[in-house]
Parts: sequence; structure tokens; C-alpha cells
Amino acid sequence: MMRLPAFTYRAPRTVGDAVLWLAESPTDTMLVAGGTDLLPNMKRRQQTPKTVIGLKGIAELTGIRASGHLSIGAGTTLTALVNSADVRSRCLGLWQSAAQIATPHLRNMGTLGGNLCLDTRCTYYDQTEEWREAIGYCMKKDGTTCWVATSSKRCLAVSSTDTAPMLLALGATVTLVSAKGTREVAVADLYNNDGMQYLTRRADELLTSIDIPDQTGWASTYWKLRRRGSFDFPVGAAAIALKRDAGGRVELARVVLGAVASQPMPSPKAEAILVGQVLSDDVIAAAAEAAYDVAKPMDNTDFELVWRKKMVRTLVTNALRELRGDDMRAVRMSLAKQVL
Amino acid sequence: MGVIGRPRRRTDGRAKVTGQTKFADDIMLPRTVHCRLLRSPHPHAKIISIDTSRAAAHPGVLLVLTGKEFPIPYGVLPVSHDEHALCNDKVRHVGDPVAAVIARTETIAGDAIKLIDVVYEPLKTIATPEESLATAEPRIHEYGDDGNIHKAVAMQFGDVDAAIAGADHVFDDIFFFEGNTHLPLEQHATVALKDPEGKLLVYSSTQTPHYLHRALAKTLSIPAAHIRVIATPNGGGFGGKSDPFNHEIVVAKAALMLDRPVKIALNREEVFYCHRGRHPVQMRFRAGVNNDGTFTGLDLQTLLDGGAYGSYGVASTFYTGALQTVTYEIPTYRFRGCRVFTNKPACGPKRGHGTPQARFGQEVQIDKIAEKLNLDPADMRLKIVAPPNSLTANFMKIGTIGLAECVRKVVERSDWKNKHRKLPYGHGVGIACSSYLSGAGLPINWNDLPHSGVQLKLDRSGGVTAFCGATEIGQGSDDVLVACVAEVLGLETYDIRAVTGDTDLTPVDLGSYSSRVTLMMGNAAIQAAERARELLAEGVSAKLNIPKDRLVFADKRVFDSQDPNNGCTFQEAIVFAEAKFGTLGTTGSYTPPRPPAKYKGGGVGPTPTYSYTAAIVEVEVDPETGWLTVPKVWIGHDIGRALNPTLVRGQVEGSVYMGLGEALMEESAFRRLPARLSNALVHKFPSILEYKSPTSLDMPEIFTDLIEHPDPAGPFGAKEVGQGPLLPIMPAICNAVYDAVSVRVDEIPCTPEKILKALQDKAAGKPARHGPKSFPDIKWPETLHVTPPWEGGDGRASNEPERKKRTAEAGIEVKAGITIARDNA
Ligand SMILES: Cc1cc2nc3c(=O)[nH]c(=O)nc-3n(C[C@H](O)[C@H](O)[C@H](O)COP(=O)(O)OP(=O)(O)OC[C@H]3O[C@@H](n4cnc5c(N)ncnc54)[C@H](O)[C@@H]3O)c2cc1C
Ligand code: SF4
Repeated sequence: MMRLPAFTYRAPRTVGDAVLWLAESPTDTMLVAGGTDLLPNMKRRQQTPKTVIGLKGIAELTGIRASGHLSIGAGTTLTALVNSADVRSRCLGLWQSAAQIATPHLRNMGTLGGNLCLDTRCTYYDQTEEWREAIGYCMKKDGTTCWVATSSKRCLAVSSTDTAPMLLALGATVTLVSAKGTREVAVADLYNNDGMQYLTRRADELLTSIDIPDQTGWASTYWKLRRRGSFDFPVGAAAIALKRDAGGRVELARVVLGAVASQPMPSPKAEAILVGQVLSDDVIAAAAEAAYDVAKPMDNTDFELVWRKKMVRTLVTNALRELRGDDMRAVRMSLAKQVL
Repeated sequence: MGVIGRPRRRTDGRAKVTGQTKFADDIMLPRTVHCRLLRSPHPHAKIISIDTSRAAAHPGVLLVLTGKEFPIPYGVLPVSHDEHALCNDKVRHVGDPVAAVIARTETIAGDAIKLIDVVYEPLKTIATPEESLATAEPRIHEYGDDGNIHKAVAMQFGDVDAAIAGADHVFDDIFFFEGNTHLPLEQHATVALKDPEGKLLVYSSTQTPHYLHRALAKTLSIPAAHIRVIATPNGGGFGGKSDPFNHEIVVAKAALMLDRPVKIALNREEVFYCHRGRHPVQMRFRAGVNNDGTFTGLDLQTLLDGGAYGSYGVASTFYTGALQTVTYEIPTYRFRGCRVFTNKPACGPKRGHGTPQARFGQEVQIDKIAEKLNLDPADMRLKIVAPPNSLTANFMKIGTIGLAECVRKVVERSDWKNKHRKLPYGHGVGIACSSYLSGAGLPINWNDLPHSGVQLKLDRSGGVTAFCGATEIGQGSDDVLVACVAEVLGLETYDIRAVTGDTDLTPVDLGSYSSRVTLMMGNAAIQAAERARELLAEGVSAKLNIPKDRLVFADKRVFDSQDPNNGCTFQEAIVFAEAKFGTLGTTGSYTPPRPPAKYKGGGVGPTPTYSYTAAIVEVEVDPETGWLTVPKVWIGHDIGRALNPTLVRGQVEGSVYMGLGEALMEESAFRRLPARLSNALVHKFPSILEYKSPTSLDMPEIFTDLIEHPDPAGPFGAKEVGQGPLLPIMPAICNAVYDAVSVRVDEIPCTPEKILKALQDKAAGKPARHGPKSFPDIKWPETLHVTPPWEGGDGRASNEPERKKRTAEAGIEVKAGITIARDNA
């Protein structure tokens, strides 16, 4: 069995204690919620914090509160999210994205906060220390070269969270708490397009909750690309939310791509194409083409990159057609292997 | 029949679902210490020096071992003893073990291996078969046919060139089958210790305790009789646990040195380094075919990427060409096969061992032929099915053959006639067939000893225990053992205890590979049980005064067939017989018939009886993206007789599952970094997450039909089912893709990317095909010429020097049922 390296474990009961302890030595301390990302990474020595602060004992981090808007504690498990009727009825796209994460076992442990802060992924990096030694390591951890693009100045590891693009499309914000104070950040501003510094969260901050504004008048959907019906991280995704008038004309649009860069990638061009239009085949095709231009997949995930880029067009098209009301169940089934 | 043929809960089922089965990693003995292996980060390098002093001084470390302690090489085939438990002077792939640390805990051992300082001198990396063929030096091994060619063979049966030239059509097709791995859920684990008498005892997740037993005796220089190997139930094997492995030998040695139980449990990445999986194979098929679809001849070349060690590779090489003739009539045949060494984990036997690759090429080529000749591919196959009780051009002996019935069954059930070439664009069906051995006809270690032995103990309590060296790897062999005995003795399976896979307690069975166990162990079990029944019948007959030939064994009783009330319980029968003969015990054994093929290489392919399978697969392909899904599979399998239909169906469905994985996604892909920056050659994703294998959500609906015509060679008529049903899935999928979107993917796996490329090529006016474009030039050895049986051949090659008459290794006379002779080297 792969073994964890040695570390100090601390288990606060309150957010207050957690951020105080985090402030003691933020750069070599990490938070752990479900541990489904951090613990395998620690076993593979990709992440080697000296201190780990466990969040499972902090009751105030869990729970879904629905009034006009939806407030979800960062420690809420993905299973709880998937089982929430409020989530499903108010933001179907979020439900679809969460329901396709990993496997039932991992969703039982994994949390929404952990999903938003998930480490970026790369097939040169998500490997044991012995494997990484055999390639001389890489820029993201212990090495200097990026093997995906040897002339690249930055790490191109892939943002692989399913919920982040969707939450971005839903206009969600997160609350970050530190010993110094509290701030609210739009999910759109939580990320950098950099495989190493992929979060704008400061090392001393704890993400406590996710807030989704009132979705009245909005409809959302999430289409994920992966090889199998379960288990796999996304290697491409389209998260789309639209607000339309009674005639079906798009008033507001958010089109966000997942897993084609080091952060969720919005496509303002696609959004601009949609606004003011009804979803005709031509409009859908133009929006899909605009989104396609934004996608910059690299050769560091499953599937070949040219094909993955092409699939972005298909995912966006499918998503928009579904929002238009086309019967996409068979296509969904073929891609997702489950009813969504 | 009371037991045979009834769908039953398997005998080890309860333990498995209640978590009571003890796998090797579940064994926790007092005073156990733990082993970790330091593995090479280089694909190919000389070991200049190893300094273990820092590791040895690390607190908690008990022992550090290096290649010095393991000078004796081993390997599963006698012709390929090319492995050392720890590398001696060089490393041959990333992951090759160079040192071992045994420490108080696994964590300490893992920390301490990082303190071992190894100085390497990198050698040229040989990554592909093309590079092996082009690189004579450096050699990965100092043995083999030439340079980095491990084995090259050439053989011909009849005048194939003239036959192909004289045909109405010649088809020349090139295929590639990418390597893949077994991916059993259980990772290999071993616990070794000195037993109370001081003898070596090894528990291991192995499919072949007998071969491990031999390898331990050889490498540790201890008499085999002083070593006990217990094969723990395997959490899946599929061929990945049929070689003796370095970690097993290392912990055995360490346990002897430390006199403490030593345990090793591999992690998933290390299992990828043990590998022995499917060889990547390039193939060229030249076929001469007449207008009616009959073959005049077939000329096959294969090139296998063997990886860094021999393993079963010589046999794998022959297997790529052994079974082409047993499904269809092929009057002339030439086979040339070549296996090369590369700096990657060794390939070996995975479910179907060497045959799925060439089966894929053959079945796709037949699909192309049928299209060209305007024949229905199912009808064409029916027309050319090999005849029963016949000899093929290469002297394979066919007994019963239910292939035609399998084809008819799946054609009917799937509504093939209304689907093939008739479904809307994007939807398609494809058909393919296959055959597999019910156990290899010849043993790995050449001798005249039985391949399987069974011993029965009958106890006056009424209990019966069946002992056999066979290994339960999830396939249900324990259930087959008790079922055969129960049937003969008129008992239920619950009445019989199975003791298996223990070299001290059980007679040798060669192991759970080659689909051999049901047939060979089953026959041995029947023989032992019939001998026991004979003893019991004599006892009862004498006691109750019923003529022996009127006695019936059924419902746990022994009674007079003419007066069923006149009889006794089974337990009473034992008491009568024990009183008459003394302590009761019998043995049975099985040795396959001598095969008619006498030429060199003819030892690979023969079997007591072949199983046959036909499958039809339905696919949906999105022409925009190439996205491929498989909603339905119909499969018919010639099983001879299903001893336990539940198990048989499980094997068929499991084969479909594994075949889908190989067809759609699995690949042992390697990464080579830019050569100017790095020498590295690594497995692209040695993890169970990134090595893609289907999940339950990806499974199609499967319609299984079992074709049951008992075969005289099998126990109660049974043939194999563990491997054959896997083989048609891959070609059937590619044939279905062609039916759906009219492009050929002549390569496995058949991925959406490849389909889309072929569709784009087609749209651009290029050949509507994705696949290899050429087959490498290989300097073949002199071809052996064997005259086919119908031209008067005797199974020997005309240009082969008189082969040395071999004598049995062990000079023990074997009288089946009385003396069990061990063939320990
Ligand atoms: C086999 C496998 C498949 C997977 N498939 C998918 C998939 O398909 N899609 C997907 O999106 N994910 C997938 N995951 C990743 C993971 O399971 C999920 O992203 C999960 O939601 C992570 O949550 P967690 O609570 O387990 O995170 P943890 O592992 O506990 O933490 C993840 C990261 O977030 C940080 N963190 C956690 N909570 C907070 C907080 N409150 N404030 C600040 N930082 C925090 C941690 O320090 C850590 O860096 C998969 C994982 C595995 C092992
Ligand atoms: S993108 Fe480059 S630097 Fe980043 S993890 Fe992959 S190989 Fe390393």
C-alpha cells in the first residue's frame, strides 16, 4: 500500500480555530476536507505539507441553506449536494456536474469546497514520486522543465473540477475567511490560468461557503467529456446558464468551459453571440465555434488533444440544444452513460 | 445428474461475499516485518555500484538485500531463465527491482529504500520493436536468436505461395493490436516465513504455485520438498500472476535470513511493472480466397514487442500463429513470428495468451473478404467452418466443434439478417468467431507426468475432502472440483471440502492458466471419485448383499437400483468400506493425449479439445465525433457441457467485459521524453484511474447462449470458458464500426479519435481506414516445411534434423491412482 509521509494533524472544531492555526504557518500547512484529492497527492509526494488541518469536525462548514439564493457550506459532501432537492430544482447544471464527479464512494467523502480547490492535473504530475524521478520531475513539483511544452514558462496542468465552471456560470461567489478577516470573491475571480498558482485564495484563507444568486428566470446545464461513465475526471466540459425572455430570446448568457486550461475558461464571445438571439441552429453553431476558439487543451490528459478541442464544439452545441428544449436524452446517455 | 448442469451458488461464494476469504494481503502473522523494493528509474542501464550503508543504518531496518544475494536466474519457461530476483549487473526497464529493504513497518522500509545509493551508467534505450530490429547492440539480453531478437520462427504447411497465387483473390492486410494489462483488483502480495520446523513457507497470490515452488527451489538452492507454497485465493489473475515473481523470491530469502515472517504487498504501479500482459503485435495477413469464400492458403507474419524479459514469450510467439486453422478450413498455411526485447515491463500471458491479436486480424480480414466477395460474413464463416474430428494443416487435432451452431444462434437472436448492412448510418453490427484451448496439450517443463492430480480422503464421519494443486483465482475452480466429486458420489457440493493450491498437502496441478483446470482437474477428480465409488460399492455390496453393478449413488445414499429402499446412507457406505479395506483414500490424475504435431513449435496449440465462440456486437457511432458506444452483445459459446451454468455465464460476461476494455480503451502506452533532454521511457499511466478499463456503467446488455454438446475429452463433456469468449469481441467491434460508418479501424484499441480520423480521411478522398501502413522487414530463419496431413504428412518437418528423443526428467514410474510422482526439478 502507498503510505502517507509524516505530518502533524490538527482537528479544529470551529472556523475560528482553523484560521488561527492556519495563520501560524500558512505556507507549509494544508487543509483537508474529504481528502479524496489531498491524500492521494500526499501519498505520491506531490503535496507534502508539514501540518494538515482537518475540517471534518467543523459543523458550521456543512449544510445547504435555501432562501432566495442558495448558500452551501464548503464542507458539504458531494453526495449531500446530489441528494438536495433544492440544488436539483434550482440549478440543474450544478446537480449534473456534481452527480458526474468521480464515483459514489468518492462523492460520499469529497466536499464542494475541496472540489473548488482541487489541485490541477497533468499526466506527468499525477504520478508516484518514483515515476516522477524517472522523468527527472517537472516544473510543478521538484523539477524545472514542463514536459508538456518544454519551452513553456508556466505549468499547463489542467483545471479538473467539475463544479467550478458550473458555479462560475451560475454567477456564484465564495466566502474566504482568514485570521485577518473575511472576503467575498466571485468564483470567476477565484482562479488564475496557471497550473501552479491556480487559486487566488491566499494560503491563510479558509473557504467557508459558496453562494449562488437567485436563479429565477435562468436555466443551466452541464456537459462533461470523459472516457467512461464513472470514475474519470473531466477532460472537457461545457457549463452554460441562460436567462431568456418569454419568447425564448437570450437576455443573459454565461458560457464556461472546463478542463481545457488551468482554470475554468469563460467564453465572452460565445456569450455575446447568444445575447439578444433565440437559439437557432445558426446561433448555436456560431456560439460553439466561439467557444471552440477559447479551448487550449494540451497533451496531458486522457484523449488526444486535437480531438478534445473538437469535442468542445460538440459539448457546447449539445448544451445549447438541450437548453432550447431539444430531446437530448439519447445523446446524453451515449456520452454520460447515466440519466442526468 | 444431481449436481452437474444445475446453476448453483459457488462453493466459495459465501466466504467471498461475507469478507471471510483470506487474500495474501489479509495474512497478518505475529512478528511480521515488511519489505519494499527499490526500483530502477532508468529504462536501460548498467549498475556500477550500490551503497546500502545509509539504508542499513536507518532505525527500524532489519535487512537490505541486493542482486549479490540472488546469483541464480529463473524464469517460467526452461528456455528463458533470464530474470534475477534483484537485478545483478544491469536494469532493463523502469521499475526493475535493484534492492530490497526489510523493516519493522512498511513506512520505514519505504523511507529506507530512498537511502540506497545506486550509481548507474545509462545505456541506449530501446523503446519499440522497430528500434530493436535496427539495434543489434547494446543487447538487452545476452541470449536470444540475434541482437535484440528474442525468438524468430518460421514454418510452412503445404505450398502456400502457389495456393495463394492460384486463388481468385488475394487479400493483403496489416493490423496492429496494442498491448494491455490484466488489471486484477487484487495487487500481488506475498508472505514468507519459516514454519515451526524451520522450513520455508510461502503464501502468495499466485496462479501457479507449482512454478513458484520450482523457482524458489532453484534460486534459493533448497530441496523443493523443504519448501511449501500456498496459493491464496487470487483476487483476479487473468495471467498476470502466472510467472514466479521477483518479490516472491526476495521475501522468501529474507524470511530465511531473518527467521521472521516477511511480507510484501505491491502497489498498483508495481503491478504494472510485473505486467506479463498482452503483447503489442503487428501482423500481416496474406490470404488466397476463391469466389465462394473458401481459403486456398494463408500466410501470416507477426511481430511481438516482448518487453524486457522472456516470461512465456516463446510460447506467446507461437500462439500468435497456432490457432488460425482450428476455426476455418485453411488448406495451406505459413506462419512466421518474431518476438523482440524492448526496455519495457515484460509481456506475457493475458487471457487468450498470444491468440487474441492474430484472431483480431483474421476476423477483420474475413469481414473485408466477405464484403469484397459480396457474401454475408456470417454465411461465409458457416461455409468455411473447420470439420469435426479432423487434423488441420498444422496438425492441430480438432474434436467436437460447435462453431456453426454458435454462429447460427447469435445470428438468429440478434436479428442479424435484418440488421447487417441495413441499419441507418451510424448504427452497425459486426460478427466474429474464435477458438481457444481447454488446456495446453504439453507441459512447460517437459516430462511424462500428469498435468493434474486429485486425491480424495473419505472419512468415517461421512466427510469427503478433495485435494488438488489447482488455484482458485476467482474463476470457480474449487467449485468445479467439488462438483465433479459430488456428482460421481451422489452428494451435494456442500458435503465436500476442497483443499487446493498447497504444495505440501495437494498433488500437483500445473496451475490456473491456459484454461486447463476444469478439463484436467475435472478429469482427475472424476477418476479419483470413481475409484472411491468402486471401493464404497464393494463395501456396500458385501455388507448388504446387493450385486455391485446394481448399486446407485444418489441423494447421499447408496442403494439397489431395483429396490431403492434397500440401501444405506453415504456415511454407512464409508463405514462398510473402511471396515473392509482400512483407511480410505484414492487418487486420480490426468495427462493429455500426445498431440500429432511433431515439428518444432508444434507443442504450442494442441489441446484435448477446443472451445468455440461466436459473437455479434451492435455499435452506435457518432459520425461527427467518432464517439462509439456498444449497447448490445450476443454471444454463443460452445462449452461442451456447463458444469455450473452460473459460473459459465459469469466467465462469458467477464470475457465480454474484458474484451470491450481491450477493444475500446485499454492500452499499455509508454511515454518517451524528448530524446535530447532525457533518456526516460515510462509507462504513461501506471494507475487504475488513468489506465482506462470499463466501469459497470459502460457495460452493454449481454445475451449469452451456451451450446452444449458434451465433448468426450472433457469432464462430463465440459470445455473451457475462461478465455475463448473474450477473443471475438475486439474484431466484432471493429467490424460493427465498419457496418455503421464504412471506415476500417485496423487497430486495437478502436477509439473515437481513430474513427474520426478515418472518417475525415474518407471525406478527403483518402483510404477510409485507420491502422498501420506497413509491416517491418524481418530477417526470418529458414522455414520449416511440414507436409499437411492430406498430402501424406506425418507431423514432422522434412528439413528439421531428427529431434533429440527426450526422456522424462524424473525417472519415476507413474501408475495413475496408486503413486503420485512429483515432477519437481
Ligand atoms: C479516482 C478519483 C476520481 C475523481 N474524479 C473527479 C471528477 O470526476 N471530478 C472532479 O471534479 N473531481 C474528481 N475527483 C477529485 C475529488 O474527489 C473531488 O474534487 C472532491 O470534491 C474533492 O473534495 P475533498 O473534500 O475530498 O478535497 P480534499 O482532498 O480534502 O481537498 C482538496 C484541496 O482543497 C483544499 N481544501 C479543501 N477544503 C478547503 C476549504 N474549505 N478551504 C480551502 N481549501 C480547501 C485542500 O487543501 C486541498 O488542496 C476525483 C478523485 C479521485 C481520487
Ligand atoms: S503542465 Fe508541465 S509543469 Fe505542469 S504538471 Fe504538467 S509537466 Fe509539470
